[in-house]
Amino acid sequence: MLKGVSLKLAPRQLLHICGPNGSGKTTLLRVACGLLRPEQGDVSWNGHSISGVRLEYQAALAYASHEPALKGDLTALENLRFAVGMKRRVSTQELRGSLEQTGAAACADLPARVLSAGQRRRVAMARVLAMSASLWLLDEPFTNLDAAGTELMSALLRSHVEQGGAALVVAHHDLPTLLDSRRMDLAA
Amino acid sequence: MSVGAVAAFNLLVRRELCLSFRRPDQLLQPLLFFLIVTTLFPLGLSPELSLLRDMAPGVLWVAALLSSLLSLDGLFKSDADDGTLEQLALCGQGLTLIVVAKTFAHWLVSGAALVLVSPLVGTALGIPVGAFPTMMLSLGLGTLTLSWLGAIGAGLTVGLKRGNVLLSLIVLPLAMPLLIFGASATDRAISGTNAAGALYFLAALCVFTCTLAPFAATTALRITLE
Repeated sequence: MLKGVSLKLAPRQLLHICGPNGSGKTTLLRVACGLLRPEQGDVSWNGHSISGVRLEYQAALAYASHEPALKGDLTALENLRFAVGMKRRVSTQELRGSLEQTGAAACADLPARVLSAGQRRRVAMARVLAMSASLWLLDEPFTNLDAAGTELMSALLRSHVEQGGAALVVAHHDLPTLLDSRRMDLAA
Repeated sequence: MSVGAVAAFNLLVRRELCLSFRRPDQLLQPLLFFLIVTTLFPLGLSPELSLLRDMAPGVLWVAALLSSLLSLDGLFKSDADDGTLEQLALCGQGLTLIVVAKTFAHWLVSGAALVLVSPLVGTALGIPVGAFPTMMLSLGLGTLTLSWLGAIGAGLTVGLKRGNVLLSLIVLPLAMPLLIFGASATDRAISGTNAAGALYFLAALCVFTCTLAPFAATTALRITLE
């Protein structure tokens, strides 16, 4: 899987990885964030292999898997506080601000288990926002979102890229048209 | 501003405690198991005090080991299942810190809680009050060691659907020295002889596992995550 795949991502770039089911999109994302070690080849960050600068690289990235990665027994705000708090010092107001930006402010004090799939996705995106990371690695970020949510996430992605960030987005469908992205197709 | 290792450790321990207290059933199950199993022995055998005192160290320690095992399966599994383990692995603090904090928190809600209720069980089994400090100290050292051994097993089995049986098969043989020296320390305390030798051995085992197990458990978890 992923034989011969090579890609480079610079600041202010959005790369859309697409391909049919089983083509290795999620695997590529997991390799890119360092969760999977490639059998051959390497992932580099600022010219250094990520195995040598692992913590520095992890501090600079925000990863959102296809699972929202929320604890059902914690509120949305607590989920964010514990996840983002491991990475950087963050205030409650800032976290509430992130939830507001993703349209999930009303969910802040609700246990994550009572949230709908779309709301959980918004909370997960709020976590990405609150991490203030320069590199976003997102796996199917538009899944379960309604039209307004898709538009909102697109605007957030565009804003991140315009402010000098980079994003690697895995999605099996086309990205919303308002996003200016490079596209890379993985073969089945 | 980035977060230091101590602050991250404290935050993760707080998270684990918060999650444990939100699920009181999972918190109470090992404790109730410990209490019920140790109470069954006097009912099933004989309420005669001398017989109970003879059996007490073995019963106490076997029940403590089994009840600690009950909660070990969930040490990493629930986080792995809902994807939060990946988030923790990528938080920039290093996987070892995550393993240490989660294992310590696990010991607080299982091992330390078990130590606190052990006088109740000790009374039911006829252990003299004078032997309680040694019994509690030995259980404290033993359950902490067991949490570390369990972290290695939990790391290895986190990806398996029914990993709890395999986890028991991995951990229980490694826990035999704990059972031998823990029961010996309690037995000596009951009989009023010097339990220092057995306690020193338990302490040495505890230091040994606290030193090496975090790295072994981290490696096991990393292999499973990949």
